[in-house]
Formats: sequence, structure tokens, C-alpha cells
Amino acid sequence: MRHIISVQLENESGALSRVAGLFSARGFNIESLTVATTNDPTLSRMTIVSVGDDNIIEQIVKQLNKLIDVVKVTDLTATEHIERELLLVKLAVNADSQSKIESQLDLYDAKIIDASEEVYTVELAGKSQKINDFINAFNADEVLEVSRTGVTGVCQK
Amino acid sequence: MKLNGAQILVDCLKSEGVKHIFGYPGGAVLHIYDALNACTVIDHILVRHEQGAVHAADGYARVSGKCGVSLVTSGPGLTNAVTGIATAYSDSIPMVVISGQVPSAVIGSDAFQEVDAVGITRSCVKHNFLVKSADDIAEAVKKAFYIATTGRPGPVLIDITKDATIAEVEYEGYPETIEMRSYQPEVKVSAEQVAKAIAIIETAKKPIIYSGGGSVIGNASQALITLTRNTGFPITQTLMGLGAYPATDKQSLGMLGMHGTYESNNAMHDSDCIIAVGARFDDRITGNLEKFCPYAKIIHIDIDPSSVGKVVGVDVSIIGQVNEVLNALIRGLETKKLPNIDAWWKQINDWRLVDSMAYKTKQGVIKPQTVIETLYEVTNGDAIVTSDVGQHQMWAAQYYPFDKPRRWINSGGLGTMGFGLPAAMGAKLADPDLDVACVTGDGSIQMMLQELSTMLQYHTPVKIININNGYLGMVRQWQEFFYDKRYSMSYMDALPDFVKLAESYGHIGIRVEKEEDLKPALIEAFKQKDRTVFIDIVTDPTENVFPMIPSGAGHHEMLLAGRDDMASTNDSGLNLV
Repeated sequence: MRHIISVQLENESGALSRVAGLFSARGFNIESLTVATTNDPTLSRMTIVSVGDDNIIEQIVKQLNKLIDVVKVTDLTATEHIERELLLVKLAVNADSQSKIESQLDLYDAKIIDASEEVYTVELAGKSQKINDFINAFNADEVLEVSRTGVTGVCQK
Repeated sequence: MKLNGAQILVDCLKSEGVKHIFGYPGGAVLHIYDALNACTVIDHILVRHEQGAVHAADGYARVSGKCGVSLVTSGPGLTNAVTGIATAYSDSIPMVVISGQVPSAVIGSDAFQEVDAVGITRSCVKHNFLVKSADDIAEAVKKAFYIATTGRPGPVLIDITKDATIAEVEYEGYPETIEMRSYQPEVKVSAEQVAKAIAIIETAKKPIIYSGGGSVIGNASQALITLTRNTGFPITQTLMGLGAYPATDKQSLGMLGMHGTYESNNAMHDSDCIIAVGARFDDRITGNLEKFCPYAKIIHIDIDPSSVGKVVGVDVSIIGQVNEVLNALIRGLETKKLPNIDAWWKQINDWRLVDSMAYKTKQGVIKPQTVIETLYEVTNGDAIVTSDVGQHQMWAAQYYPFDKPRRWINSGGLGTMGFGLPAAMGAKLADPDLDVACVTGDGSIQMMLQELSTMLQYHTPVKIININNGYLGMVRQWQEFFYDKRYSMSYMDALPDFVKLAESYGHIGIRVEKEEDLKPALIEAFKQKDRTVFIDIVTDPTENVFPMIPSGAGHHEMLLAGRDDMASTNDSGLNLV
């Protein structure tokens, strides 16, 4: 099952590689990983999406807690939570496809942030599934380049 | 007070109460060595190879219970130390390793003797630090000792750039306390979990205590003895746990696992209640997981939550210092009436009659088991025994019953050949009054031979018991059993003359080829209180370690010496190491 694990850790050099190294050394899977500082500049928040059965997720949480730099680990999936991912995508447009593409953008509430005659650069934030659906709504030759941030999330309480 | 970084480091080590450092100098640590030279309260042991330094610090830590300390230079100094660090990590040994690093201005430029020390060691340390400023040294040292010695202990590396050791800064003294929001090793034992465990114990018909290295490292021997005696339960111990409970006591069933006793393994298999104490269900213990302890409710006591549920599912876990948890159990059980387990003991005593440690002697050949039994006799069972890795390690564990903790020093987790000799040196420095024997083999001893030189320089008299069978015996045994006797690279031709070799290092060498000479030679060796003696003992080249659970089998499927001379395994077993 897919889990979103939120990790608060000391904002120190090497902290990211400790987490990444743990996942590769123990054979845990990472679907995505995002990291940035928080409102407390001495703390970073890392959000990791991993897939595994309950035993594996339990081990991931325990092993993360064991890292000396880690302050707190929360399995967001186990609680009410909000998750978001940001997509930047370049779409090929021409006179024939323009109106179809724009109506798709309206449907998903996606925003054109840069436009040339042939290419729209579009941003969309949402759950991963929504991002997947959005990309799949276009033909393969219309999607020129995809860049996704991976999931970040917070508890609702 | 203005001091340079190196002087600050040495003051920090002094303030930590460090008495011995095992190390080797080099360019990046020259300032540290200069500061150390001016220090009269810390003895530095100059090893001959950095791996030896870390193993010696490790042996020192295991015997004394204190934190071992090692000092190495950058680049190859650090990479040579890595095997030692990984060995200590596998067995949860408290240790601080200080390595030099190239000046901070050239980090990342592939400078001379530069390696990414924190990167290389990341997966085999409890934590590591890169210190690039003299101002940060004291805090890093304080944290390193705190992390290494608390919770589940382990090695911590402090990598210090050369410029940080040179810079002069204001030093306000070694911090007295340290607070880390991200590291809180103190755990309160959950009364609720203890009560759940007691509920299982109260109804157990076939209980067994399975105790591991945590009972030794966690200084829980006395509590373990009390719990075992109060309950009357049988107890089995892992390779790492030997000595926490006296092996010669009647409630002790001996070691369990791959080369454990018949009674231990069968008791584990049939048990309905296993109390795991500071043990981690290592694959050498469990054998085939599908066949592991099918009837048991498992209570798991451990300081490290990640040990729980990692290998096998458990019914109740109690997280905390082993000692504290055992005492909570002892108190909780005081008012309880435990069921009668006479029938269980009768069953166990029937298994004991199988006499799984029996071995056949052969005229004109010295059996390795006899060597260990004789060593036990000559030392009155009261020596510190270190070992290397292989058959001799198993025989030492099987035939030298340890009655006290911190007497059996071996690389159980990582299985590092070469560990035994430097560990013996560290052990002798930690407890100079006890006899120290290093049980080794002709393969292992050659991996750290150079430390014979260090042992002369620092007067650490140990007795080296070399089980010389001319083979890499454990490899040969597996090739005999599982590879149709295709002995690929397990025979070592051109062994040195160990007697002359010992003599050339300034020690005494004795060669033993006949069984009648064995005991007199050992007696003579141990009479030489202030000399290191290398006793090279020619033993049966084809003896195998029995009993054995072949990889892939269950605890109830043991092979016994003289009854199942040839083991076999299945495909899934061959996949295991």
C-alpha cells in the first residue's frame, strides 16, 4: 500500500543523504521524496512516498526514528491529511488543438504560466492521482516535458 | 583560554575519562598527535594497521564496558578502519572513532589522502560528524560519546579537518551536559506491556528464555540470573549472549541456532512461550523462518524498537533497557504462581541425553574440540577468550562454557576474520589481571598478524591458541556438505612456521602435534604471565562443526556428529549465506 511519511529532521548537511542511504541500504522503495526547510530554519521537513506492506512501513518508520538527526516521523496515511503535488508540464499547441487543450486546462483548473506560439508551460497542483489524470488527458505527442515535485503533505489536525 | 583544535580535542577526551586510544598517525592528524604527545593521562597504543586499532578499541570496550576510542588519519587510514567500525556496529559496541580529514578548503577536490569519510561510514555507524571548525569540536565530542554509549550502543565517527585542529579559538571547557531534541535514548518501561507479558508467562507450559548480546552489553546479567532462577525456566543463549547466564548452571541449555545444542533448538521449536531478551532473531538463530518456533507466543525485550518485528512477528514487545525490563518482570512475577513445568523439563532432559556435543576422538590426531576443553581446564574456565571467525569460533563457543559476562569476545554479527588478535590486545589492556586467550585459526590469524608487534611494544601478554588445520575450515565444511566436496580455494598451502614467526616478533612460539603434548604446552604457556605465547596446534584437518542446522532447515531438523556426517540442503537453503 502507498504511504506518505512526513519526517522532521535537523537542517544539517548530510541529513538528506542519511535518509536516502537508509532507504537504499535496507531495500526500501521510494516513489518520491521532497525536502525543504520549515518555518523553524533549524528544521527540515521531508515527505517520502513509499509502497510496502504494513511490516515494511513499520520498519521504515522505526528505522527513520533511529536516525540521530530525525526529530519526528509521522505516517500521514494513518491520519486525516492533505497531500499535494506540483506539476510543471510543457504542452505542444497548434491552431487545431488549442481550444481542446485550453478546455482541458479549464477543467482541471490548471494555469498557463508561460506561452509561446507552439508551447504552453502549465502548472497544476493537486493529489498525485489528479496530476496523473491530467497528464493522461493529452495525447502522448502533445506532452513535451513533465516535471513533478513529488508529494508533500500535512496532517489535518 | 585559547587553545588550538587539537588541544581542545585532547582535553575533551581527557574530560571523558579516556585512558586508552588505539591509533595510527598520518598527515591529517599530526596536530592531534602533537597535542596527544603533551598529554600524560591518556595512553596511546600505536597499532600496525588501522583495522587493528578499531578491533583493539572494540575488544577493550567489550571487556571494560567503557567506550572504546580509536584515532586514524584521513584517506586510507579511515578506509582501513571501516571493517573495524562495521564489526562494532553489527555487535552494538560503544565506540568513538576520530579520523583526520583534509583541510576544509580542499574538501571535494580529490586532495591527497582525501575520502568522503562520513559518506563511506554512514551505513556502519550509529552516527557521524564532519567537523570543519575548532569551535565545533567540543560539542561534537560530547555528542559522540553520548550517542555511542546510550540507547543501543554503537560506533560514532568524528571526522575533523586538519585546519580545525590547527586553528586557535577560545575554549570554555568540555560541556558537562548535552541536550539533543532529536535523540532521546531514555525509555520508560511500559507497565502495560509488562503486564501483557506476565499474562503469557503465567499460562506457559513450555517456556524458554532466549537471551542475546543485549544482556551482556546492557549489563543485565544479574537480573537475567534472578529471573531465570525465580521462574525455574530453561534458558538458551546466543553466540553474542554467552556468559550473561552461567553456562555451567543446570537451567542453561547452552547456545542455540545453527551450531547450538540439540536441547536448545528443540526446546525453541516446541516452546509455547519464548522470552527474547536483548536478542534480535538473527538468521543464524532462526534458520528457516517458516519453520521457526511454530507454537510459541513471543515476548521481545529490546532497547531498539526497530529490532521488534524486523524478522519475526512478536506477541508482546517491551522496549527499554534490558536490565530495567527484567527487573520489572521479576517484580511483576513475584506475586504470581507459575504453572508446573516438570513435564517440560523431563522432555528437555530427554533431549539432553542425545548428548549433541559428543565427538569422536581419533588416535594420533588432535581434535579441535579437545583443544578448547583443555584450554578450559587449564584456565579454570576463568579466562577472557577472544576469537576470530570460522570453525574455531564455533568450537570455542561450544566447548568453553562461560559463567560470566564480558569474557567471550567475538565478532558475531559481521563475522570479521582478523578480529581476535587485536581484540585480545584491547581485552588485556582493559583487564590486565585476567588471562586472555585468543582462539584463532591458520586463516584468520594471518589477517591481523602484524599486531604481534604492537603486543610486544605495549606488553599485552596473551595466549594465542591457533587451531591449525591447514584449511579455511568453515568454507571447507560447507563445500564438503553442499558443493560435493569441490574444495575451491579453501586449502591454504605454504603456511608460515608460526613458532619462528612468533619468535621473530619477540614472543614465545610452541608447536603441538601430539595430543599428549597439548595440556603440558598450555600449562607452560599460561605460566608465562608476562609473555605472549603463540601455541600452534595441529588439529584434525577434516573435522566439522556439529551439531548443525543446515540452511533452510528448522530447529527440529538438526544434524548430529557421528550420526549425520553429511549434511544436505535445499535450493532455498543454498541461497542463504
